[in-house]
Amino acid sequence: MKILVCISNVPDTTTKITFTNDNTEFNTSGVQYIVNPYDEIALSRAIELTEGGKGTVTVINVGEASNDPTIRKALAIGADDAVRVNAAPRDAYFVAKQIAEYAKDKDFNIILTGRESIDYNGNQIAAMVGEFLDIPSVSIIKKLDLDGDTATIEREIEGGKEVLTVSGKFIASCAEGVAEPKIPNMRGIMSARTKPLVVIDAVAIEEVTKVTKYETPAPRGTVKLIPADQTEQLISLLHSEAKVI
Amino acid sequence: MSVLVYVEQAEGKFKKSVFEAVSYAKAIADQQSTNLIAISIGDVADSELKELGKYGASKVLNVSTDQLKTFVNQAYASVIAAAAEKDGADIIVLSNSFSGKGLAPRIAVKLKAGLADGAVELPSTDGKFSVKKTAFSGKAFAITELTSANKVIALNPNAFGVKENATDAAIEVFTADVKQSDLGTVIKEIVRATDKVSLPDAELVVSAGRGLKGPENWGMIEELAGLLGAATACSKPVSDADWRPHSEHVGQTGIAISPNLYIAIGISGAIQHLAGVSSSKVIVVINKDPEAPFFKVADYGIVGDAFEVVPKLIEALKAHKA
Ligand SMILES: Cc1cc2nc3c(=O)[nH]c(=O)nc-3n(C[C@H](O)[C@H](O)[C@H](O)COP(=O)(O)OP(=O)(O)OC[C@H]3O[C@@H](n4cnc5c(N)ncnc54)[C@H](O)[C@@H]3O)c2cc1C
Ligand SMILES: Nc1ncnc2c1ncn2[C@@H]1O[C@H](COP(=O)(O)O)[C@@H](O)[C@H]1O
Repeated sequence: MKILVCISNVPDTTTKITFTNDNTEFNTSGVQYIVNPYDEIALSRAIELTEGGKGTVTVINVGEASNDPTIRKALAIGADDAVRVNAAPRDAYFVAKQIAEYAKDKDFNIILTGRESIDYNGNQIAAMVGEFLDIPSVSIIKKLDLDGDTATIEREIEGGKEVLTVSGKFIASCAEGVAEPKIPNMRGIMSARTKPLVVIDAVAIEEVTKVTKYETPAPRGTVKLIPADQTEQLISLLHSEAKVI
Repeated sequence: MSVLVYVEQAEGKFKKSVFEAVSYAKAIADQQSTNLIAISIGDVADSELKELGKYGASKVLNVSTDQLKTFVNQAYASVIAAAAEKDGADIIVLSNSFSGKGLAPRIAVKLKAGLADGAVELPSTDGKFSVKKTAFSGKAFAITELTSANKVIALNPNAFGVKENATDAAIEVFTADVKQSDLGTVIKEIVRATDKVSLPDAELVVSAGRGLKGPENWGMIEELAGLLGAATACSKPVSDADWRPHSEHVGQTGIAISPNLYIAIGISGAIQHLAGVSSSKVIVVINKDPEAPFFKVADYGIVGDAFEVVPKLIEALKAHKA
């Protein structure tokens, strides 16, 4: 069995998000990068499913050479090899096209992504790659089990869950519950240095979106404090001032 | 040219977030001086379809093919794209729901369309077609220009509101060929808690954190939420410890929500938590520590012990309702 896991390189979750160049670019100065937390979940499940000689796990990233440490981290967690499509990720459409182009003749049984990348976060890649490859996609899954060629998947829906099966190739985006994220051990870290990381060129594709500006949320006014023994005052403010109840 | 809105049904009914998507799509149709068409897939009674007229849909395409009774995003995407092509729709609107998130990207690829997911405002159309959408897990917004001829927009729940716009909706049966290969996923079971308000599109949310000490103390949180008609949520450590289900975890690595009211009880307000909730319209914080960072982004706050404040709040709410 061959599994492909899509890895995105994102700012550490404690990053204070700011912008430069007249708010047109993300300010990368001082930012630490990590493997997108959801992608670690996807990767961990892929490793579990292939452990004991049952298959191999390849990770793919669309990005520039500065992403290599993040890709090595994925190798340290336990992926067998890695591919980097050498291009700045323009938007989800561009990234998905690159992943689909790479995967189309490689015969992966399963492709996994994270639920969303915590930077641009669209939850778009899995379904887009699925469409480019014309294979089923399941978004925001909480559980993935395999029985031969058939996968049983739980996905989140409003107020509950849906259990579904899919046979043959598919792509899914993983959320919490799919696996416990694995932490690289010393042996993993050592071997990651020598595992293959192949760099390939991007294919050209038409532009469909362009971010023209970023904004940060408007700051709120100062908090109105209400004495702890006057909860009725809070209720009345929520009712007549904020008009939310 | 027209605008097409996909109206997601659950057990034959439309939720408020669907009427919101229709209201939003109608406003875009007005901007573009064109008409709004809705497309529904699955078993929905005509009387329910007619409801869509209230929010401005002048035509409703009803797809009730046997194979499409339950959600298969691949096939649904094919049908919606086919309808868009047939009716000359170049702007497709969906609700940014769990299913919408699986569907919108597939439609975008089929139509070679730019996708703005998590839209929070009407597009601005001064020469360029730009949509403001959430980015960086709620820590920022990205003004995203859709440069393609076709455009797909997935609207965040509670971002626009429901707006009535009475129109008489003409219902038309729409059939589209479904390829066998589009039916790869098969639903075995749907489990839905019908007695609870669903968190992603809830207007009011009561959320609690590690300050509550243990799962046995959630009774008062549920009671408060029940009285308000609110959904319940929690911080990450709470769901990690299995005090509450993962589906309630909000924040950067949980779900992002933007209700009208978010009440945070015993939650410190870590940056990762705030990322998912800071676009709530009104935030109330109850915390015993006056230095808790959450107070910095709150509209109203009570410094006090949750075990004393919450029961009093429940009493006050009961009195208010009486
Ligand atoms: C990669 C990563 C991703 C993360 N993603 C998320 C995420 O998506 N969502 C999330 O929530 N967190 C996330 N976190 C965790 C986050 O950093 C915080 O640890 C977490 O939000 C803290 O949860 P808490 O506020 O419930 O608990 P604590 O930080 O322990 O705060 C408890 C609060 O309760 C108050 N309190 C205690 N007793 C009482 C009482 N009797 N009455 C009133 N108040 C009381 C305390 O004053 C304190 O402010 C993430 C962390 C990492 C590293
Ligand atoms: N540049 C990238 N290279 C490889 N995979 C990516 C990239 N960006 C996003 N992904 C994958 O797609 C998922 C969803 O990303 P997004 O659609 O940006 O929210 C992520 O969790 C990753 O698994």
